[in-house]
Amino acid sequence: MSIIKTENLTHTYSQGTPYERVALRDFNIEIEEGEFVGIIGHTGSGKSTFIQHLNGLLAPTEGKVYIGGEDLWADKNDLRRFRFQVGLVFQYPEYQLFGETVAADIAFGPTNMGLAPEEIERRVREAIRFVGLGPEILEKSPFELSGGQKRRVAIAGVMAMSPRVLVLDEPTAGLDPRGRDTILGEIREYHEEQKNTVLLVSHSMEDIAQHAKKALVIADGRPAMYDTVERIFARTDELTAMGLAVPQISRVFAGLRAACCPVPDNIYTVEGAAAAILNAVKGGADQ
Amino acid sequence: MIRDITIGQYFPGQSAIHRMDPRVKILLSVLYIVMLFVAGNLWGLLLGVLFGFAAYLLSGIPLSMIGKSMRPVVPIVIFTAVLNLFLTSGDVLWQWHFLKITKEGIETAVFMSVRILCLIAGTSLLTYTTSPIALTDGIERLLSPLKKVKLPVHELAMMMTIALRFIPTLIEETDKIMSAQKARGADLESGGVLQRAKALLPILIPLFVSAFRRADELALAMECRCYHGGEGRTRMKQMKLHGRDLVSGLVTAAVFAGVLLLNRYVHLLPTIW
Repeated sequence: MSIIKTENLTHTYSQGTPYERVALRDFNIEIEEGEFVGIIGHTGSGKSTFIQHLNGLLAPTEGKVYIGGEDLWADKNDLRRFRFQVGLVFQYPEYQLFGETVAADIAFGPTNMGLAPEEIERRVREAIRFVGLGPEILEKSPFELSGGQKRRVAIAGVMAMSPRVLVLDEPTAGLDPRGRDTILGEIREYHEEQKNTVLLVSHSMEDIAQHAKKALVIADGRPAMYDTVERIFARTDELTAMGLAVPQISRVFAGLRAACCPVPDNIYTVEGAAAAILNAVKGGADQ
Repeated sequence: MIRDITIGQYFPGQSAIHRMDPRVKILLSVLYIVMLFVAGNLWGLLLGVLFGFAAYLLSGIPLSMIGKSMRPVVPIVIFTAVLNLFLTSGDVLWQWHFLKITKEGIETAVFMSVRILCLIAGTSLLTYTTSPIALTDGIERLLSPLKKVKLPVHELAMMMTIALRFIPTLIEETDKIMSAQKARGADLESGGVLQRAKALLPILIPLFVSAFRRADELALAMECRCYHGGEGRTRMKQMKLHGRDLVSGLVTAAVFAGVLLLNRYVHLLPTIW
């Protein structure tokens, strides 16, 4: 069964005013449980609007959203339940930290869920481990941490709710390359260990290529493509026409194919490229 | 929701009123208010109302905005009208126990209501047609004589400009933080007063932290550009008086004179009371 399903989802901002703007139109998508989906799209394509519908922060102007087969807006008073099923990490989440200690801040979500103190304690420790920080940090104030550490604590605060779906909106924006790789690696480990669904919004095609299994391309408030990463990045021309980039290595390989060598078109990571080049060189030596 | 909060709403436009010098606009708004209170009879007041109405028509601001600007003061208007209605002494028209309505009471109630409403509409026209920056610039220039008595006019105006500039930013920030905490299951809607106040902490703390951070960054950025207060500071946009400023000043003065004349010679006109 699909964990996320939208039916003709349409969202209009400031409806009925001169500032009216349609952000999503007839958005239909089905995402299976346990996927790791990268979400790609221009600024203003509707990515952020889409993800805010998944836990009911925004209400559809028209259409339906189903989480685990249940209509999100069937009962307005029951909405909070879905907030714990779909954990949403916003852009620059470190600006939402408020707790006196890191532990208190991470415990905010689980406490709101009404869990027992021992369970909250366990979740906090588990979450801090997922983001690669030591337990000694739990007693510090979140405001004395470094930028990267704050970011991880904020992500841990959402992970501690053990949501069935974890949605991250550009979790690596503004981090240095090492911080970026570490955080994405941690998210992937978390995904593999918890077997839950992860949606990752990113502007970096390299990050999506390296970590996600599927990619959802959003253009003009509609899902333009939804497929495996391999097949999406093979459609270099279409992506370029939409004004989106493909991973650098895909571009190099498209160039190679056009220039001389019959290299495969499904290469999108550096590791894959290395293997393909070795293969081609070996093949050339054999002839 | 929170985005509906509007303070000093500005409607960009190209009308003659939009392009007037902010200093002149501020002065004329003050003159208009004085005019409303000087008007001693219905004819004079009517002239004031028509003048304000004409200014709105000229500005191209949707007339529905007049109503919107008045809405917050309606309770005050009703309150003063009721007080005036029952507490003014004079020719009794109607009486019930200790409550009595007098001719003078009705007159004062109507006058005060119309005056307050026109006052709000008139000053709203000023903020509707003047960008906050132009407004504070105008205030700074008008108050600049007070520098002589060591009033930090420039600093006050700069503080106002910065405060106005950051209202939308902070509203947006509040919106974001609220969404983020709601996503972690924050419950802002239910519970008693104390519980709700407590529920606001996860929003207020990050908001204050970010306001201080922004203030710090702004101060640094201003210092990097050698800001050192108003002394010796020149302006890129010089405020110059134009023909339209003179014309609007003359028209307002003429209307003001009209109101004064009506005060004196109203007995020559047919009575509407």
